[in-house]
Amino acid sequence: MFLASARKLRSFGIIGMNQRNFGLISRYNPRHLYPLVDDKLKTKLLAQKAGITVPKLLGTLQYQHDVKLLKGILSPYAQFVIKPVKGSGGKGILVITEHDHNLYFKPSGDAIQLADIERHVSNILCGLHSLGGKPDTVMIESLIQLDPVFSDYSYEGIPDLRIIVLRGYPIMAMLRLTTHASDGKANLHQGAVGVGIDMGTGSALHAVQYGESVSCHPDTRKTFPELVIPHWDKLLQLAAACYEMTGLGYLGVDIVLDRDQGPMIIELNARPGLSIQVANCAGLAPRVAVIEALKNVEPDLQLRVAFSKKQFAADSSIHPPRQQRTRIDDPDS
Amino acid sequence: MHAKLRLYIIVILMMGLGIGLILYKHFALGFPLSPDDKKSVWTIEAKIDFIARGDPVIVSFALPPQTPNTVFMEEDFASPDYGFSELTSPAGRRAQWSKRTASGPQTAYYRLSVYEMDPITGTVTSDLPSEPEKPEFDEVLKTAATTLLDQVRSKSANTEIFTRELISTLNSNAPSQNQRLLLNDQSSEDYKTHLIINLLALEGISARIVRGLYLKDGRRRQSLSNFVEVYIGGQWLLFNQDSGESGEPRNFLIWQRGDQSLLDVVGGRNSQISFSIIRNVHSTRNLVVRDGMNKQAGLVDFSIYSLPIEQQNAFKMILLLPIGALIVVIMRLLVGIRTSGTFMPILIALALIQTTLLTGIIIFLTVVGTGLLIRSYLSRLNLLFVARISAVIIVVIAIMASISIISNKLGLDQAMTVTFFPMIILAWTIERMSVLWEEDGPREVFIQGGGSLLTAVIAYLFMTNRTIEYLTFNFPELMLVNLALILILGQYTGYRLSELYRFHSLERRHVSGKR
Repeated sequence: MFLASARKLRSFGIIGMNQRNFGLISRYNPRHLYPLVDDKLKTKLLAQKAGITVPKLLGTLQYQHDVKLLKGILSPYAQFVIKPVKGSGGKGILVITEHDHNLYFKPSGDAIQLADIERHVSNILCGLHSLGGKPDTVMIESLIQLDPVFSDYSYEGIPDLRIIVLRGYPIMAMLRLTTHASDGKANLHQGAVGVGIDMGTGSALHAVQYGESVSCHPDTRKTFPELVIPHWDKLLQLAAACYEMTGLGYLGVDIVLDRDQGPMIIELNARPGLSIQVANCAGLAPRVAVIEALKNVEPDLQLRVAFSKKQFAADSSIHPPRQQRTRIDDPDS
Repeated sequence: MHAKLRLYIIVILMMGLGIGLILYKHFALGFPLSPDDKKSVWTIEAKIDFIARGDPVIVSFALPPQTPNTVFMEEDFASPDYGFSELTSPAGRRAQWSKRTASGPQTAYYRLSVYEMDPITGTVTSDLPSEPEKPEFDEVLKTAATTLLDQVRSKSANTEIFTRELISTLNSNAPSQNQRLLLNDQSSEDYKTHLIINLLALEGISARIVRGLYLKDGRRRQSLSNFVEVYIGGQWLLFNQDSGESGEPRNFLIWQRGDQSLLDVVGGRNSQISFSIIRNVHSTRNLVVRDGMNKQAGLVDFSIYSLPIEQQNAFKMILLLPIGALIVVIMRLLVGIRTSGTFMPILIALALIQTTLLTGIIIFLTVVGTGLLIRSYLSRLNLLFVARISAVIIVVIAIMASISIISNKLGLDQAMTVTFFPMIILAWTIERMSVLWEEDGPREVFIQGGGSLLTAVIAYLFMTNRTIEYLTFNFPELMLVNLALILILGQYTGYRLSELYRFHSLERRHVSGKR
C-alpha cells in the first residue's frame, strides 16, 4: 500500500496542505502581520521587548559594500551563525563552530575560507534565499550551545523544538534532531529525525525519519523512551506568549535549549508545516477543533498552558463532538 | 457562510453564462463543436439566354426564397450593359434586368452560393392557402376526373394518403383509360403538375406548384423539377409528382412557390434557362463566422474574429493559457506535484508547442543540464548574484546558438526551434535548480524539475489537442467556465494525492497501534 485512504486519514484528523492553507493560515493569520515573523530581525526585537530570550545578535549587514566589514565583525567570535533575515525553511543558514586564523569550520568539520563566507553573504544580500528574490539583510548571531540533555540525541547540530500554537494555546509539539544525513540541520525533509512530544509531560512519543518510524537515533543509537524535555512548562509558556507578541493565531514556534541561557526562541513561522502530524502519529484537526470550540482566549498564559497540557496529554484521548470537528471546513463561521 | 455562498453564486453565474453562450453560439448561430465539421457549399449558376428583337428588353427572373434552413452566402447578378434591380413582392423576390434596345443573342447570369444549416425545428412554411379554384373541365374530362377521384378516394383515409394515391395512380405503368384521357399525351412536367393541382381542387384541397433544383455536384444544363405542395392540417406538405413521396428531398433547393412564371422576357424570344451546379466543401466554422460578420450578429461582430489575422493568431495562443493554468492548479492542488516556479510549466508548455514534444524535451534537458554544469563552475568564481544570473543568461544563449548551429550542420531542422524557449526563464530555472542542488541535494532538483516537466507535458498535451484548441479560440466563453472551475478548486480543502503517500505510514501505525 503506497497510498493511504483519504477517509481513514480524515478519521485520524490529519490536516492536508489545502486545508491548512485555507482553514488555518488564511483564517488565523492576517497578512499584514506576516512581516513580523518573516523578518527575523523584527521577530528578534519583538521578542526582546516581550522579555523573551533570543540568541544574541552579533551584527547585521545590509549592503554589498558592508561585506568588507565582515572580517572585523567576525574576528572576536570563534562560533557564530549567519542567517538571511527573510529566509524561509532554514535556507541560507551557515553555522561556524570553529575559527582558526583564516579557516572557518562548519559543524561537519569542513573548512571554508573567509572568501567563501563573503560569497555566502553576498548571495543572501542579493535575495537568493528570500521569498521572491527580494534584496535581503544578513544577520550574524551567536551560536547556541548544545544542552547536555540532548547530547546523546543529536549529531553535528542543535536540535530544536517546534510547537504549534493556535489562538495562544500550544496544541502539538515535535523535537527535531539533527543527523548525519541532515548535515547538521534540523530539517525533516533533509533527514532530521522528528520526535513527537507528549504535550502533558514533555516526553517522547514516536520518532520518524524520512516518514518512517525509528526507535533510536540513527547516529548515536540512543533510544527515545528515556528522552524527556526539561523545563517543559516554561517552554510551553514561551511558545504561548508568542501569540500575544505577534497576534498570529496559527503559529509555529521554534525553540532551542541553550546550555548557558536556557530556552530561547530562534524563529517563528506563520506557515508551519504538517510533518509534525507524522512525528506525533496524530492529526491536528481534533486539537484544532477543541481550541476552536473555546469562546474566548484565556488571557492568562499559565492557565492556557495548563488547559493544553490537560487536553492534549498523550493519555487523554481527544474526542471533540462531530460538529466541532467539521467546523474547520467553513471559513467564516 | 456568507463568503462561501457568494462564491458559489458567482461560480454558478459564470458557469451558466459561459455554457449558455456556448449553447447559443452552437444552436442559434450554428457554430460547430468540433473542428472537423464540414459543410457542402453549393454554387448554382442560372444562365438565361434569349434573342432580343431590337426593342426595349425587360427580363424578370424569379429568385429562390430565403428560408431559415438555408444560408445564402453570395448572390451575383451579371449581364453586360443591362440595368439591374432586385424586386421584392409577397410572391417572392425577382431579379429584373432591363435595357433600352438590344438585338441578337443575349445572356444574363445569376450566381448563388448557398449552404444548408442544420434543420431548426418548426420551419414549416405555414402561409395560408387561398380557396382552391374549381377548375373547368369539359364534360368528358370531368367524368374521367370524377371517376378517378372516386377510385382514389375509396382507397384512402386522409388527405395525405389521398394525394399520394392520386399521384401514384396517375404515374402508374398501366394507365386506365381515364388516366390516359386526363394525361392527354402531352404529359409535359408542367401539364402534369397543373393536372394534379386541378384534380385536388375538385376535391376541395388547396395545392400549389413548387419548382426546385436538385443539388448534385458537377451538373450542367439542369432544369427545375416540379413538385406539388399540398395544404394539409394547417401546413404545407411537399409531394414528388412522379413518385408520390412526401417531404422535402435531400439536397434540394426550392426555387419558387406558386404559379408565377419563372422567367419573363419582354422584347425577346427563344428564352431559355439552364442551371449548373458545383459543390465545394468548407469548414462550417468559417462559413458561420462569415455569415455572422455579414449579419453583424453581435457575438461574432464584437469578437476576436473582427481582429486582424495576425492578432487572431496571437489570441489563439493566449486563449490556450487558461487551460494550462487549470492544469497547473489541478496538478498542484489535487495531485500535489511540486514544480519549480508556479507557472513555469505553462511557459515550458508554450515552448513545447513551438518545438514539438520530443525535440522540446531533449532541448530543454540539454540546455538546463549544460547550464547546470557551467553554473557550478561559475559558483566557484565567487560572483555577485546579479552578475552570476546575467552570466547564466549569456551562457544559455550561447548553448542555444551552438545547438542551433550543430543541428543545422547535422541536418536536424527541428533542433533549430530551440529559440522558442524563453531564455530568461531558462536562466532562472538553472539558477534556482543549482541553488536547490547545493542546499537540498540532487533529489529535490529531480523532484521539482521532474514535476515541472511532467506538468508541462500534460499541459502541452491538452493545449495541442485540436478540439481544445478549436474550442478555446472559437468559444472564448469557455474561459468563464474555466475560471469557475478554478474558483471551485480554490475551495478544495481535501487531501492532495501526494499527501495520501506522505501520510501513508501514519495509517499503518495507527492500525497496528490500535490492535
